[in-house]
Amino acid sequence: MSVSEMFIALQGVLTADQDIREEIRKVVQALEQTAREILTVLQGVHQGSGFQDIPNKCQKAREHFGTVKTHLTSLKTKFPADQYYRFHEHWRFVLQRLVFLAAFVIYLETETLVTREAVTEILGIEADREKGFHLDIEDYLSGVLTLASELARLAVNSVTAGDYSRPLRISVFINELDSGFRLLNLKNDSLRKRYDGLKYDVKKIEEVVYDLSIRGLNKAATGGAGEEK
Amino acid sequence: MSGKEGGFRKRKHDSFPHGHRREEKDSINFSSSVMTSFRIFQLELDTRHDKYERLVKLSRDITIESKRTIFLLHRITNASNVEEILTESEVKLDLVRQKIKQVAQELMGEDVYQYHRAISPGLQEYVEAVSFQYFIKTRSLISLEDVNRQLIFTEDNKEEEKKLSSDSPSKQKNTWNIKVTPVDYLLGVADLTGELMRMCINSVGNGDIDTPFELSQFLCQIYDGFSYIGNTGPYEVSKKLYTLKQSLAKVENACYTLKVRGSEIPKHMLADVFSSKTEIIDQEDGLS
Repeated sequence: MSVSEMFIALQGVLTADQDIREEIRKVVQALEQTAREILTVLQGVHQGSGFQDIPNKCQKAREHFGTVKTHLTSLKTKFPADQYYRFHEHWRFVLQRLVFLAAFVIYLETETLVTREAVTEILGIEADREKGFHLDIEDYLSGVLTLASELARLAVNSVTAGDYSRPLRISVFINELDSGFRLLNLKNDSLRKRYDGLKYDVKKIEEVVYDLSIRGLNKAATGGAGEEK
Repeated sequence: MSGKEGGFRKRKHDSFPHGHRREEKDSINFSSSVMTSFRIFQLELDTRHDKYERLVKLSRDITIESKRTIFLLHRITNASNVEEILTESEVKLDLVRQKIKQVAQELMGEDVYQYHRAISPGLQEYVEAVSFQYFIKTRSLISLEDVNRQLIFTEDNKEEEKKLSSDSPSKQKNTWNIKVTPVDYLLGVADLTGELMRMCINSVGNGDIDTPFELSQFLCQIYDGFSYIGNTGPYEVSKKLYTLKQSLAKVENACYTLKVRGSEIPKHMLADVFSSKTEIIDQEDGLS
């Protein structure tokens, strides 16, 4: 084979690679669009009136996850199944976003941390790498960290809306999450950076709890919480 | 937990003078489902990071040994020691391939691309070494297929025969292989051109007049190839194009000098003219 023939062959491979990436980008864009729509729905819970409406909003968000599933199914077909990590960078970000959204919905519904298996079920993908298009553990953890920031905000806004018990529950939840993350030996990568942000979320929530308890508002809240539920 | 982590914890406590945190910490149930799953994550992440580190280490070993092979090949000064050095380099490259075999074993059943960044520098260096040796032997460019063919490993015992006898599609359990990606191959070949440039200058110094012209032609072909790919490839490839162009210019200038001065200066003095000429070129590079 002559040198020029070799390079022509290589060029062919590179072009094919570009084409695949182009296809993937298209689907990822659609996914990002849907993710933004879900986020818009869920943002409603931060407003005063939104607090009564949480189940409704979750229901709406869950409908959108149907679209997410469709997009992800089509994404799977765009590249060879055993080359997930070759193109991982393309959907990594949006997948983290979707994990966050799913985790937020689950939190609002049950006040528990979504498991990795549950997320993959909501998104219609696999939990294990061997089975196909899966959720990378780092992406899952990243999404969960975004949830922490969102909950810090929710704690503040629920006080504004007159719900004094929610920040206490969020505080317990986030502390457990924090202890969980402490178990991990993170490398000096992007996940580590995200994790370093967690302490500010913890701090914010503790400030809210502090403000409530110093004024005795948390006592009143525990009484009131029963009625609300 | 690492020392770093400890420092972080301390800092954190400093910013919380009130005692809430302690109380809440104690209330956490360490056997809760969250903690249990995080313990699983811990294991998973550690396994992944360990594997990655092992691969980085292997990759580094591959790089070092490949570099040594390249230096060894540069020691070819005249026809008499070619055979000897080629044999020695073959032994060295076999050692490198043993390392690559370990990489392949490590990546068994994994998604190669997940750990690609760990091993890619080593593989590029290996391509550089193996293509350099191939060039010295055959005066042509080794193809990606040929590189990959050498990276199919079978268990050392009986199966060795099978490997020799055929490319039988019946894959045995004890077969590992690793494929150099086209991009790694291209980057390796781009680095090869730097070595060829050196070889060109060296060979003039050794009074070898034909090699520079052969090299110039060969580099030209490679340059054409890279130009054909242009910037359709990834960023790293286009970046190498610039260095390649410089190497090519050096070789072309060398050939020019040889042609012009070659007719008037006796062979043994040509080397001196040359070494001063290359110095000038190198200085120019330093400025740009």
